[in-house]
Parts: sequence; C-alpha cells; structure tokens
Amino acid sequence: MVYTRFELLRTFRNRRFLLFSVGFPLIIYALIAIPNRNDGPLKGTGIPLALYFMVSLASFGTMMAMVSSGARIAGERSTGWTRQLRITPLTTRAYFRAKILTAYAMSIVSIALLFAFGIALGVRLPAVEWLQMTALMLIGLLPFAALGITLGHLLNVDSMGPASGGLVSLLAFLSGTWFPIGAHGFMHGLAVALPSYWLVQASHVSIGGNGWGSTGWLVVVGWTIVLTAAARYAYRRDTKRV
Amino acid sequence: MATTTTIDATGIRLTGLTKSFRTPQGVVHAVRGVDIAIAAGETVALLGPNGAGKSTTIDMLLGLTRPDAGEVTVLGRPPREAVDAGLVGAMLQSGGGQLIRDLSVRELVTMMASLYPDPLDVDEVLALTGIEDIARRRTQKLSGGQTQRLRFAAALVSDPKLLVLDEPTVAMDVEGRHGFWTAMRAFAARGKTVIFATHYLEEADAYSDRAVLMAHGRVVADGPTTEIRARVGTRTIRATLPDADLDRLRALAGVLSVESHGAAVSLRCADSDAAIRGLLREQPDARDIEIASAGLEEAFLKLTGFEDEPGEVTG
Repeated sequence: MVYTRFELLRTFRNRRFLLFSVGFPLIIYALIAIPNRNDGPLKGTGIPLALYFMVSLASFGTMMAMVSSGARIAGERSTGWTRQLRITPLTTRAYFRAKILTAYAMSIVSIALLFAFGIALGVRLPAVEWLQMTALMLIGLLPFAALGITLGHLLNVDSMGPASGGLVSLLAFLSGTWFPIGAHGFMHGLAVALPSYWLVQASHVSIGGNGWGSTGWLVVVGWTIVLTAAARYAYRRDTKRV
Repeated sequence: MATTTTIDATGIRLTGLTKSFRTPQGVVHAVRGVDIAIAAGETVALLGPNGAGKSTTIDMLLGLTRPDAGEVTVLGRPPREAVDAGLVGAMLQSGGGQLIRDLSVRELVTMMASLYPDPLDVDEVLALTGIEDIARRRTQKLSGGQTQRLRFAAALVSDPKLLVLDEPTVAMDVEGRHGFWTAMRAFAARGKTVIFATHYLEEADAYSDRAVLMAHGRVVADGPTTEIRARVGTRTIRATLPDADLDRLRALAGVLSVESHGAAVSLRCADSDAAIRGLLREQPDARDIEIASAGLEEAFLKLTGFEDEPGEVTG
C-alpha cells in the first residue's frame, strides 16, 4: 500500500500531466458550453446543451485519463524503472493495483470537476441519476485501465502520445461520444462491441439512456478480462533493456 | 586460475550459460558458455569491454533474461525466487541516467524499502550513501552522480544478501567515485556478496577480491587481480634519465621495449630484476626509479586479444 500511496503522490505532483489529462476536457467543455449556455435545449431532443456536453466530455475525459495514466509507464520504462521494480518482491497484483487506483484517482478528479462545472452552468439532475451514471461509468472504465497499462508496456515514449491520443479519439468517435450513431447497420454493430460505447451509454443515463442491458455487461466484463490478460502478459515479458 | 571456493546454498553459481538475440543485423551470440562460481561474502568484478556480455550475464543472474541454455543458482535457488524473497539488490544500467520523477530522494528510498520484508533504516541508508543532504530534493533535479548514488541507496535499502551493480560509477566524477566505492566497501564488509560490472580496470583492481574477465561472451580469465596481472608477467621500470641512449637501454638484459617521454623513460621488462641491475650499472645517474607490475589494463588487452581462442589463456 505504501507503493500505491507514492504512485498517487507522484501523479498528483506532476502538474503538466494533471493539466493535460484533467484540464483539457474542462477547457473543451468551457469553450462549447459557456458561449451557448442560453441557447436552450438541443434541437429535437429536449436535452440541455450544458448537460449533453457535460456527459460527453465526462466519458471522453475519463477514458483519456485512464489510458494516459497507464501510458506514463512508457516513460518509466525508458528510465529503467520497470526493470528495477522487477528485481523487487513487488507482485504483479500489487503493481496493477497501484496503477489502476492511480488512473481511477485521475478519472474521479476529472469527473468531479466536470460535474461541478456543469452544475455551475445550470445542469440539474435527480440524485439517483448522478449516482447511477457515475457508478456505471466507474465500472465501464475498468477495461481502459488495463488498456493503458498494456500500451504503456508495449510502446515507447515517442509513440505513446500519438498512439493513446489517437486511439482514444477514434474510440470516442466510433462510440457516439460526439455524434449519436444510428440504431442499426455496420457502425452500430461495431460500436456495441466496444467498451467505449458502453461507457458513453453509462454517461447517457442522465439524458434518457437505458444504461446497460446484459449485452453491455457482457462486453464490459469481456474486454476487462481480455485487456487485463494482455496487460499482465505485457508487464511480465517487459524485462528487456530499453 | 579460478579460486577454489566451496559454493553452497549461500553462493552464486552460473553454469554453462548461453544467450543469443535475434536482431535485424542477424543473430548476436551475447553469451556463449559462461561458468562462474562465487562464494558468499566475495566481492567480484565482472570486467570487460562493451559488448563482452557482462550486462546479459547480469540479466540472467537476476532472472530478467532467461538463458538459452545453462543454469543460474542464487543463494541456493532460482534467481526469481531469490528476488521474490527480497535477497537481491541491484543497480541496473539506466536509460539516459534518469529515475522516475516527482518523488523526493527520501520518498523514493522509502518506497523501495516498503517493497521488502526486512529493510534497513532509511536514514541509515541515506547516510551510508552520502545523500542525506539532498534527501528532500526531487529526483528529476539531481545531477548524474547524485542520481547514481540514489540508485545505490535504492539497491541497498532492502539489506540484500547479494548486491549486483552494473557499471555503477558511470556519470560520476572522481570524487563521487571515491565516495561510492567507500560506501560499497562499507556495505560489503557486513558479509555481503557483491558483483559489479565495470570497464574501469582500476576499479576492479582496487575494489574487488577477484576479477572475472569477459570478452566476446566468454570468460577469458578468472582470479585475483594480482594473479591476472602476474599471468601477463611483465613489469615496468620508470625512471628520470635525461639524454638517455635508448638503444643501450633496449639492449639491457630482461628489457622488452623502451619508451621515453622527455626526461622520463619507461622500460617494459620480462625480467625486471635483471633489468634494474643492468640499468643501475649502465646509468648510475637514473633517479626517481619505480618498478610496477603491469596494469590490469595491459593484462586485459593481452587476454581479451585472443578473441575466439579463450582456451589458450584460461588453460
């Protein structure tokens, strides 16, 4: 647990990382929502714009925070730190626990700030919807914690930024973060197989969504298992000099 | 010859280790049959030029790399088990000489200590490695030498039975090196086994009980540094001798070659006893005379020169 504590400390001390992973979604939200805050609901939906973009950015921002937290491992590897850890009795489980909790801490800060910002801009929701949305999102983020760790162990410092940024943007786009995707057809079929789609659905609880049915749970749990196995494999084989 | 020591469950044994890597340029045979046995409490230098296979050997010793063939036993068990039991501390070669950032020196050492069952006191380790004055500084603000000393502290804090140091004094200045080795000896004196890789010959000479010379993935010599130097068998006589007749010096019994640097001459000798008698007879005005056995450097060049025929030198 001391190891986890220091990992958290390290992450929150890195102002540049905090600014980009937590501040970035806030800035986008401010740029979209503030100029349009008096425009009334989005056309044809009745959903206030401040609410719609708050939940969109919550799913995008947390996905980004999860993946980029794990991706920081690429930097640690380049200093030989990962190899150093491999010659301590630290277990894979304890290592993953520290990395996942750190990523969650970033995501929770990101969500809290966005929601506070949303409330300041007039978003009002029943308490049960805040809770349901947040709880489902936190579960939906699990596969992304594992994805971040996997990428951090597979890629190097130079490719990490573009790879994680590009992947998260692509997933966000395919999963209907920005524009709703149709209810049928190939794009829909692809989207429902992605964990990011269900993360977006979790955030949409507050705008009339249905949360997850059995398909949603299956996809999220399935990806969590697959990506955790991938992360474990990537960590275990990552003993070479970089 | 290899020191005859009994290796029981407290020592280290590398047997018939080989390791090859596939690279875009073809297969690299990094280690091709290494046998080393080290007794508990020994301080052993693993010496050799870049590409000799030192780091690959160390990686196999620590369980970071699986050998293609051969066996590693650390304190009577496979390396991974020894590591998991917290018996091994290591200072690995670093990428770009950095450490993870955003922790203070004390925090990093405390974090490392927390991973082990029975660590040393953090303050004691900071004092031993001479970094208590920078304990509050962030890791990203350290000089190269300070970073190395922090790495050393991180390797020591677990109070390991075996300490492995891969080129530990890279990036240290002369003073830093001296301080480092003083600390290493203080730690080794607690009955620890220490293995360090270096390409600084003087470090092996000054700080190890025994040197294992590696070249081209093989052990080309193994023994006390004095023995390795004696194997080359030459000594050098240095003296101040203005206007010396170099040809006459060359003709002296026991002299192999002569060099002069201004008023200083140096005579490389196969038989320094005969040579010094001759020198004093012929040149009674020679001053400041020194006789030294060949540096390890010379031994090293001679021994590693036999690239793929180590049998000739290891016997």
